[in-house]
Amino acid sequence: MPVIKFIEFDGTEHEVDADGGMSIMEVAMKYDIPGIDADCGGGAVCGTCHCFVEESAGPLPAVDPQEESMLGLRPDRESNSRLSCQLQVSDSMGNMIVKLPEFQM
Amino acid sequence: MAAGDKGHLADPQTTPLSELDVSDPRRFELDCWQPLFERLRRESPVHFQAESPAGAFWSITRFEDIVAVEKDTETFSSEPTIAIIDPPDERRAPSFITMDQPQHDIQRRAVQPVVAPKNLLEFEALIRKRTGEALDSLPEGETFDWVELVSRNLTTQMLATLFDFPWDLREKLSEWSDAITSDERMTAGTGLSREERLLVIQEFLGIFTQLWHERKGDDQESFDLIRLLQRDPNTANMVDDPLNYAGNLMLLIVGGNDTTRNSMSGGVLFLNEYPEQFEKVRSDRRLIPSMVSEIIRFQTPLPHMRRTVTRDTQFKGHTMKKGDKVVLWYCSANRDATVITNPDTFLVDRDSVRNHASFGFGIHRCMGNRLAEMQLRIVWEEALDRFKHITLMGPPTRICNNFVRGYSHMPVQVTRI
Repeated sequence: MPVIKFIEFDGTEHEVDADGGMSIMEVAMKYDIPGIDADCGGGAVCGTCHCFVEESAGPLPAVDPQEESMLGLRPDRESNSRLSCQLQVSDSMGNMIVKLPEFQM
Repeated sequence: MAAGDKGHLADPQTTPLSELDVSDPRRFELDCWQPLFERLRRESPVHFQAESPAGAFWSITRFEDIVAVEKDTETFSSEPTIAIIDPPDERRAPSFITMDQPQHDIQRRAVQPVVAPKNLLEFEALIRKRTGEALDSLPEGETFDWVELVSRNLTTQMLATLFDFPWDLREKLSEWSDAITSDERMTAGTGLSREERLLVIQEFLGIFTQLWHERKGDDQESFDLIRLLQRDPNTANMVDDPLNYAGNLMLLIVGGNDTTRNSMSGGVLFLNEYPEQFEKVRSDRRLIPSMVSEIIRFQTPLPHMRRTVTRDTQFKGHTMKKGDKVVLWYCSANRDATVITNPDTFLVDRDSVRNHASFGFGIHRCMGNRLAEMQLRIVWEEALDRFKHITLMGPPTRICNNFVRGYSHMPVQVTRI
């Protein structure tokens, strides 16, 4: 079971076991990690589960056009920006470090 | 409302769907729109109507179908406009809400910083002070209009701040907002004619053009919407394209005004209709943010958005032709029981309360949603500090409009703690 370390904007760390089959967003919601809103519930249509993937052991799926559209409007976008609802946890992805943004909008 | 008042509206249960005008704004004025949309979701969720004051259009009424349309921006364009009626070609005033990518992104990014949550923190104390002052000045022991003294007053102040608009003239902003959305074709003939609306647009464009020139190059570190447009290289000369400048001004004026105003009034109505929910929030203030989302869902201040088909396509087994209008009924999505449990009940502690349709989905999702939520949260935090009850003294007067769902008057009395 992969371990995900969420780091809030203020530096607070949360290390949790991630269940396979869930998205990173769902893992964050399950453990009440502050900083992910996920207004639309996982459809990549609100952009409020934005995160920065600092480290991942395995490769991540490519950003599809819908995710790209939403990320493109984020004023704080970085090269490692992702919508956490679009990243499914799998055993092959290994442990991850996910930083959370200052705000969601 | 007396039953006889809706006698001239066809019965939505028994009349053949082909004889009903889904866009009839009187259903919103009489607040009897729900049965028709419930029937459409069940019988004809992708529904074609050949004739209406706005011409032929498709109605999409299920939550998931609306999300699907909003995601497919290549097939379902936001150009030329996003309301059911078409503007005349020569007067089309484009704004980022009526643009597709990439132009949409470029113009939206210019003004988006004003409502980034980081900046909202700087507004919070100001909004709280003004809200407190407005609530403190309300008369006690007599009936007054909540729309005028609270909702309209506070949202007008906020809008003036966002534009750094001359304070004494700020009431103009609300007048313009009302005029922009009162096209006679969306209001069963009760609104303004094209010529009258054009005069309003000329008036505000004149004032805003003057403001632009006064501010250009003054290097003030202000985050007002005009200086934000001036500061971004992509929009720095927008004033030279008056229709585009007017279009974006209209978008920001309406977007920052009617929507929050009507949710601010709607909350009072819902808490009177569901007194046990009011008690729940009074006894647990942590429910206020959740209640705010529920108010926005239940109000659905903009009942529809419209897209236009860019190429012949199949959608859920229906053939749509290039140029067809597709109307996304957010008010219906927000009552879709396949996504929202027990949707016709106002519930301040609902699960997944943020997952509603009122802000839309995808790239055009409401830009000011965090500001709107903050304004509403502060109103209720300050109101609960002051009032035991905000009592509705009679039915509110609703506006006759299929694009803006709201109230012109709401008689209330307050009882202070």
